[in-house]
Amino acid sequence: MNAKRSDHLATGLIYTFVAIVVLILFGLIGYILVSGVPHLSWHFLTTPSKAFAAGGGIRDQLFNSLYLLILTLIISFPIALGAGIYLAEYAPDNWVTSVMRTAIEVLSSLPSVVVGLFGYLLFVIQFQMGFSILAGAIALTFFNLPLLTRNIETSLSAVPNLQREAGIALGLSSWKTTTGIILPAAVPGILTGVILSAGRVFGEAAALIYTAGQSAPVLNYGNWNAFDPNSFLNPLRPAETLAVHIWKVNAEGIVPDIDAVSNGTAAVLIIVILIFNISARMLGNRLYNKLTSSK
Amino acid sequence: MDTFIAPTNLELAIETKNLEVIYGDNQAVFDSSLEFPRHKITAIIGASGSGKSTYLRSLNRMHDKSVTVNGQIIYRSVDINQPKINEYEVRKQIGMVFQRPNPFAKSIRNNITFALKKNGITDSRVLEERIETSLKEAALWDEVKDDLDKSALELSGGQQQRLCIARSLSLRPDILLMDEPASALDPISTEKVEATMRKLRKDYTIIIVTHNMQQASRVSDYTAFFHQGRVIEFNRTQDVFQTPHVKMTEDYISGNFG
Amino acid sequence: MDEIKDRLLKPSKATHEDQRGKFISYLSIGLIAVLVISILVFITIHGLAMFTQNGMKISDFLFKTDWNPGKKLIGALPMIVTSFGVTLLSALIATPFAIAVALFMTEFAPKRGAKFLQVIIELLVGIPSVIYGLIGLAIVVPAVRTIYGGTGFGILAGAIVLFVMVLPTITSLTVDSLKAVPRHYRQASLALGATRWQTIYKVILRAATPGILTAVVFGMARAFGEALAVQMVIGNAAMLPQNLTSPSATLTSQLTMGIGNTIMGTLPNNALWSLALLLLIMSLVFNLVVKLIARKGRIK
Repeated sequence: MNAKRSDHLATGLIYTFVAIVVLILFGLIGYILVSGVPHLSWHFLTTPSKAFAAGGGIRDQLFNSLYLLILTLIISFPIALGAGIYLAEYAPDNWVTSVMRTAIEVLSSLPSVVVGLFGYLLFVIQFQMGFSILAGAIALTFFNLPLLTRNIETSLSAVPNLQREAGIALGLSSWKTTTGIILPAAVPGILTGVILSAGRVFGEAAALIYTAGQSAPVLNYGNWNAFDPNSFLNPLRPAETLAVHIWKVNAEGIVPDIDAVSNGTAAVLIIVILIFNISARMLGNRLYNKLTSSK
Repeated sequence: MDTFIAPTNLELAIETKNLEVIYGDNQAVFDSSLEFPRHKITAIIGASGSGKSTYLRSLNRMHDKSVTVNGQIIYRSVDINQPKINEYEVRKQIGMVFQRPNPFAKSIRNNITFALKKNGITDSRVLEERIETSLKEAALWDEVKDDLDKSALELSGGQQQRLCIARSLSLRPDILLMDEPASALDPISTEKVEATMRKLRKDYTIIIVTHNMQQASRVSDYTAFFHQGRVIEFNRTQDVFQTPHVKMTEDYISGNFG
Repeated sequence: MDEIKDRLLKPSKATHEDQRGKFISYLSIGLIAVLVISILVFITIHGLAMFTQNGMKISDFLFKTDWNPGKKLIGALPMIVTSFGVTLLSALIATPFAIAVALFMTEFAPKRGAKFLQVIIELLVGIPSVIYGLIGLAIVVPAVRTIYGGTGFGILAGAIVLFVMVLPTITSLTVDSLKAVPRHYRQASLALGATRWQTIYKVILRAATPGILTAVVFGMARAFGEALAVQMVIGNAAMLPQNLTSPSATLTSQLTMGIGNTIMGTLPNNALWSLALLLLIMSLVFNLVVKLIARKGRIK
């Protein structure tokens, strides 16, 4: 075979492979939407789920997912911010820093089921928290930290060094230079990263099955006392999320309308994640323009 | 090596004694003793890699911990090259303007007020007054007084550099260090920055590093010539350029190397 | 004037700010380090309990094929084989696709095409694993059943689902390594009269091989640790797989199914922790392999 022909053949092959990948993605999202959206209704979104009968909704799962996401971000963002600042601004070039970097790499490559089991062992069993939103949020924090830390580090490092020198030369401490000059300039990148990680957290299930649990007790949305067991704000109650709900409905197979429930839930999950993805992109661009141009 | 360092017999703003700067295994500045007279402009010239910028950055302790600076830097009869010295206060007294304009990604107003506020000046009348005087000193006021809330990144390169000068001046420093402040600017902007410097001489001591000999001869009162990390010659600018004492200075000025 | 001299000699607000800032950031990174160490220690202690407390033999765990910890049968070989099976098979399918997409993004359509595919890849990463499992259950398993007979559950279905899941990981890392190949390599090769494919095959892919290998290992690490998507399509039978379409179980699926049905401290529970330890060790091994490849690539 001559060079020209193999060139054509390889090019054709590459285009075919690319087309298949694109088709897979559109197929995936299309399938979920087509099979799930018809099951969506106001009723589906606002009724509690049912364990044995048909016609259950996902009201509590939807709320749990959002609540868990917010708690996770509240816990993980400050730690990731501190760690990101350490890596981008303070980290001396020595073995301690390289151990820290390795630790973060190890954490990011641990299977989420192992992270979840650690959370189960430590919080659910050892600290006797039981299956609870708090235990789930902590497990998700473990899983979210490496990603967020690295994102913050990259965003901070991308701010030109000249900005640091400008701050230092004005007699400001490195801390003030970092928080007052470098951090605001890095906000678009950090925000994009936070939203993308929120999408991941929102869809995670393996780390939650044995931490936040697989049950959704009936909640009282009028009860604002976070210490009351049936209050929707109580962080120590078990909380099944959308992703866990999909898994459980399929694994147990008790509910008669499995397809309706799991496809409908999947559609909600995908739509929320698509919104996260798109808003991350748009917000990042807009903030960037705003910061660098007028007012 | 043949050197010539003229005494100034003037009141000094700052001086260095036997200063050396070492990066890891690499020594960039050797045994440099120089005097900088008060309210004068001193130019430091030399080829790239002669250690002139490195020397300048040690004067307000801009080198980080990985760089070793030995010797003395005498400012207000204190050796400020000691670990116990408060480096933040040093930098407030000895400001710096960099090679490339580096305004913050904030409005013109906030570029100037940011450091002031962090230093505890919150009275808005004082702040407004500082904005106006600093921008006037840097000859930028007339061009920006109507849109102080505009992003500083929208200014032209020359305007940005004068904003950076204004930002340093807003802290009322004693000394202004300038590291090739015009090398990234076009000729018209350069002329404006030079005019600004001539005006500032009355109130500030300025030390400017430049590889542009015309610039040094245009703006400075004194000139130091650096070569391979050492001070070769220091004298009044006209003497350095017209009757250099050292052969190497003469070669450099007449363009035989560098 | 003495006032300024005085200020030069005394610590100021800025000094304290810097100390406080350092403290905060060191504390955060320290917290992460403590966390990682405690994960390693806890899982190791519980994972070894079966051998230290229940007196089981490590060789039985690694090489025997009967898994029924309630009856003191702790042969984990079926899960080990299945885990490696799905991992290798999915990496095998995904790698050519990943390389093709990466080449398309760097060599064929570096502007708009790359941007479009970048979005596709990011969306694939964003899809939760339960959704992959759900689609595996709805489409892949029935398809395998129709084509090969049997139940449709098994290594093949697992590998197909994992292939899509690891594709974005391998692709984006491959793109990075292709981008790292210096421009002049391409120009030199094309100037010598080589076709684009010859340039890609003989020059670019050669130069990027260590990077591509790293990408594949990262992909395998993800596949090996994935739990729910695999669990939903693997069949969950802790038996040595007879072929690619017989129901079996991976380390992760066995863990997910079992941990809720056992009581802490009993042999069946400890046996599951040993599976978790095995997962942890493999994850560290994948990390180590990546480091070794990187080191070898640098020396060359």
